[in-house]
Formats: sequence, C-alpha cells, structure tokens
Amino acid sequence: MITTDICIIGAGPVGLFTVFEAGLLKMRCHLIDALPQVGGQLSEIYPQKPIYDIPGYPEVKAQELVDNLMKQIEPFNPTFSLGERVDFLAKQDDGSFVLTTSDKTKVHAQVIVIAGGLGCFEPRKPVLENLENFEGKGITYMVKDPEQFRDKKVILAGGGDSALDWTIYLSQIAEKVTLVHRNETFRGAPDSAAKVFDLANNGKIDLILSSNLTKLSGNGHLQSVSMKNKAKEESTIETDYLIPLFGLSPKLGPIADWGLNIDKNAIEVDTTDYSTNVERIYAVGDINTYENKLKLILCGFHESAIMCHSAFKYVYPDQKLSFKYTTVNGVNSF
Amino acid sequence: MVTFEVEDHDGNRQPIEAPDDMGLSLMEVLKASEYPVLATCGGMALCATCHVEVLDGKEGLGEATDVELDQLEALPEMFDTSRLACQIRISDQLEGAIFKLRGEDQ
Repeated sequence: MITTDICIIGAGPVGLFTVFEAGLLKMRCHLIDALPQVGGQLSEIYPQKPIYDIPGYPEVKAQELVDNLMKQIEPFNPTFSLGERVDFLAKQDDGSFVLTTSDKTKVHAQVIVIAGGLGCFEPRKPVLENLENFEGKGITYMVKDPEQFRDKKVILAGGGDSALDWTIYLSQIAEKVTLVHRNETFRGAPDSAAKVFDLANNGKIDLILSSNLTKLSGNGHLQSVSMKNKAKEESTIETDYLIPLFGLSPKLGPIADWGLNIDKNAIEVDTTDYSTNVERIYAVGDINTYENKLKLILCGFHESAIMCHSAFKYVYPDQKLSFKYTTVNGVNSF
Repeated sequence: MVTFEVEDHDGNRQPIEAPDDMGLSLMEVLKASEYPVLATCGGMALCATCHVEVLDGKEGLGEATDVELDQLEALPEMFDTSRLACQIRISDQLEGAIFKLRGEDQ
C-alpha cells in the first residue's frame, strides 16, 4: 500500500502543478494516470503544438510545458502510478480514502484530487451486437502481452498506426493474422502501410480491404467474425481473437460511479475551494464545471492553488495554515 | 445569418439560423442549440464526439485537414459524408446544407 497525503488522479499539467502547490504546504502527493506517461493530453495528443496563453510564456510547446512542470515539482518528490486507472474508492472510518487501480495498486490518502482532464482515454468500440459478451473472451482492445497470441488466429480491425504496427508484429508470432480495414488505403505511416501490403502479397497475412465488421459468433469464447465488403457480400472468418483498434476516446470512466455530482461529463464543484459534494474529494482543471468555467490550463493552475489551501485542514488538522510567498521563503524540498 | 438544417439522432430535422461572421464552428452552434454534442476536446479535432454526416452541401465546406481525417478514419463508423462539426466554420457557404448528428450521444 502506498501512503500519501494527497492522491491526484490525472498527471496532466494541472495535476502536476497541484504537486507544487501542495508541496509548498508540506503535503506529499502520489499521482495516478491511465496513460503510460505524464502530461495528459499535452504529451499524448499534441506534444509539438504551441500554447500561447500560459502566463510568462509568449509561446511554449505542450511537451516543453510538461517537462518544465516536472522540473518544477521535482523538489517535492512526487510518486507515480502510470498506465493505471483508478477503479475503486473506499472511504475509511477516519475520513481518509483507499484507492484501488486497474493493476490492483492500493493508495491510502487523506485527500483526493481529481485532475482527470477529458477523462480516461479508452478504446473506441465498434458497434456490434454481443460485443460485451466477448470482451476478455476473444476480444481485446489493447495488446498488452503479445505472447498471448502466439500460434493463435488473430483478426485486427482498423487502419491507423497501431493497427498497422500490431499487424506487422503479430504476423511473426501468430498462426494467422487478418487485418480488416474499411478503406482501400491506409492513413498510417507510409512505411508501415507498405510493409503490410508486402506481407499480404507474400501470403504472410490476409488483408481484407473496403470491409466492415458485421457479426460476432461463438459459444462462450469468440469463434468467428463476419464482415461485409462494399458490394455487401458477407464473409465469415474463424478466429481465436479479434483486436479492434479504432483509436482512443475520452470517457469519464469509473469516476462517474463515485457519488459525485456530475453535469455533462464534468464534476460540479464549489468555486470557493473546488471541493466536490463528497468531503475530501476535490476536482480541478478541465474535469470540473461551475458557472463561467473556462477550460484553460491557467484556470486549472489557479484552482489547484486554492484547492490545496482548503485541503490542508484534512492533512494537518491540528495546524494553522499561514500563507507564504515563494519569493520570501523559497521552495523547501522534502 | 445563414440557415441550414440539422437532423438529430431520432431523425427529426430542424432549420438552424446562425451568424456567419463570428468565426463560430458548427460544433459550437450545435451545442448552443442544445443538441447532445459532447465536444469533449473543445474543438481540437481530438475526440470525434461531434461527428456529423453532411447529407447536402458538402461542396461548400472545403477539405478536411489531416488531423480531422485521422480522427474520422479511426472511428468504427465512418461515411464518405463524415466530418467533424468542430472543423466546419460557419459561413455563407453553409446556406441550405443538411447535417445529420452521428457522434456518441450523451
């Protein structure tokens, strides 16, 4: 069990800056993020795009801002659980919380700060009947352990980079790989696309173009997948696995089940301290909502400063909080 | 002002009037008109929750950018008429166009 003062869900810019504001008040932080790296959407989606409305930076690249934030919070030694999603939240008798992640990591914290941005990036699912019945029973949206597919029949669906890359990779270990793609061409990296066409021409994989998945069949475990081409001709392929790779889409995820007041996928907060309706749980940044809310990084920074001052009373119930400037006191690491 | 039609998830079609000189996107107008468009990413062509089909008037919209096409291409469901509403600028070119909501419902 990891023990900390504040557990921050979401390691985007606002989650990271919360570590700094908490650190000034001697509160330790542990961050959890569903993505395998810090930075949230800045690192995941637009690392090289410029941002123009960070005070003091006329222009800064998204990844550069994340790198600078990591440097800024270094003195406070935050700890991280990356590539994990918080699934459960259990309130303890003393008011604190124990969080459990998708990898069964447990974190004990006095205060929870949800800085989840757009939510968790979850795989987009094709609209197919019985899809849920085969999830984990032949259908997987992510290749975590390629060995799972050794000597198995695998169908991949999609046309992006990950569909191309995994097709190439799995063609070396699976018994049979079939890639189903809606179009005639691929928008992924040209090199990868060329390689996939090569593999198909050499009979190493089956490439089925201009086709859409239509039906899943199986008895308990997936056994076959049907698809239709543009001429509406249906074909069925026997398989052990189907890996749909249709990109990621932000979803609120398990946060929606924690008894928080939610409005249109955002968490309602009290603007005097950005607390939610559940005591000791705060929400900052893009994931919260209130009257006149602006989804700006700079507003999230402001929210985390106010929020940390409010959270102090739960971490140090017997101490009085005195406000100090970093210019006067410096940044005292721990 | 420009007037175009919007068909919701239930197939109801309504005319929408919008100012064509404020640099608005179709996504913003749809949200302001209380259509169930999530627009989670705020208009950066990142989430595809504002996916629409252009049933009529595609010529006036200009080409989709690479970023937009990448998103559309990744969707499990994509049509020749698919666009992201956040990437469509409201201009007089939209007069008489017809859009059908496709993105995930709230």
